[in-house]
Amino acid sequence: MQAALSLAADGLKPVIVERSGAVGGKLRDWHRLFPTMTPAQEVLEEMAGRLEHAGVEVMLHTEVEGIGSKGVTLAEGKTLDAAAVIVASGFDIFDARLKEEYGYHVYDNVYTTVDIERMLNKGHVALHDGSAPRRIAFVHCVGSRDEKVNQRHCSKVCCITGVKQAMEMRELFPEAEIYNFYMDIRMFGPGYEELYQQAQQESGINFIRGRVSEASPTIDGRIQIKAEDTLVGRPMKMTVDMLVLIVGMKAAGGNERLAASCKGVTLAPSGFVAPKDMFAGSVETGAPGVFTAGAATAPKTIGESIAEGAMAAEKVVEYLKKAK
Amino acid sequence: MNAVNFGYMISVARGIDLDRNDLTSARELGDEMPEFRACIACGGCTATCTAGNLTSFNFRMVQTLVRRGEYAGAYREMNKCMLCGKCRLVCPRGINTRGVVMLIKRKLGDY
Repeated sequence: MQAALSLAADGLKPVIVERSGAVGGKLRDWHRLFPTMTPAQEVLEEMAGRLEHAGVEVMLHTEVEGIGSKGVTLAEGKTLDAAAVIVASGFDIFDARLKEEYGYHVYDNVYTTVDIERMLNKGHVALHDGSAPRRIAFVHCVGSRDEKVNQRHCSKVCCITGVKQAMEMRELFPEAEIYNFYMDIRMFGPGYEELYQQAQQESGINFIRGRVSEASPTIDGRIQIKAEDTLVGRPMKMTVDMLVLIVGMKAAGGNERLAASCKGVTLAPSGFVAPKDMFAGSVETGAPGVFTAGAATAPKTIGESIAEGAMAAEKVVEYLKKAK
Repeated sequence: MNAVNFGYMISVARGIDLDRNDLTSARELGDEMPEFRACIACGGCTATCTAGNLTSFNFRMVQTLVRRGEYAGAYREMNKCMLCGKCRLVCPRGINTRGVVMLIKRKLGDY
């Protein structure tokens, strides 16, 4: 969205090709954004409003097949002429069912962070039977930093998401015990470390360093989890009412199709689109005229994705001037 | 009467069972001194600890165990502290570590 806005501001005619029925991507499902707790809807409405005001053409429900020499190939064999392309196709959410040991879609009260965002948006967070949880555990790094599911990379935003949601749970359930099981806590952004400390100190969230090895049902329908409390070197177990899996970002399924269709576009071992280089060419690909913005190349925050949109637009303008 | 010696013993489970541990005291300690909860387990306190260099005292470990409801021996361990305060000087989270020692000694004397 930002890339299109920047291009339109430069007097060019961008077209957004969107697979779903609305622009905004995953942001449409999010409730509040870390670390400021800004409503996601606020950011979305502002961006969408600016798009409309700028008169940017949006093609909804349109699938991209690939990028050819003449432009973008669409699903029905149509071609959209384009002098340059910005790939802003984002990421897929890790399918938590693949971590079978956590029992997602097996036990009733195992949720993902995405489920929690949707529940928060609906204004009703509760257990399967409608009751309030007394004990909640969050599991960090589900589908991140895990060779067992072929996701070796760190998804980077999940740590702060886990902290944010734990604090939201504290607001909703003041009496509940809340535990976050982590391998490392990576608070890379401005205000993140401060939010983490606030979660510990003011919200009383218990952070336990250790990866949950398995979840099993108890006779009363709760969930028993096991981990090592690595800070004291002893195994630990506990029963919880609600288990929240903090799912990571997976490379978008369409990346392979993109790389196959477009000469020069390559993928990193993680499956994300490989940038031309990691520094000055971070929004360029190996294909001239094909640029990237946002989580197509790696897990990113919303702020970072928006910044990359503006940057990619600038690179497009530069590219078009040279091409003339 | 002496117990019959069968020549073997049953090992006590050494795991931390948060369903059995009474977390009330841990919660009260945190409520009284919220910064007690802010530890990030860097180990700076233990690295610099005068007592820890001469005895098996590990301040970081003991206060972590207390937060998990493992109070046994905490009071005895904290008595190894000489209250020199070096740990407080190095703590990156600015926790009044000496205050934590005193708090544990005051509240967990029964364990």
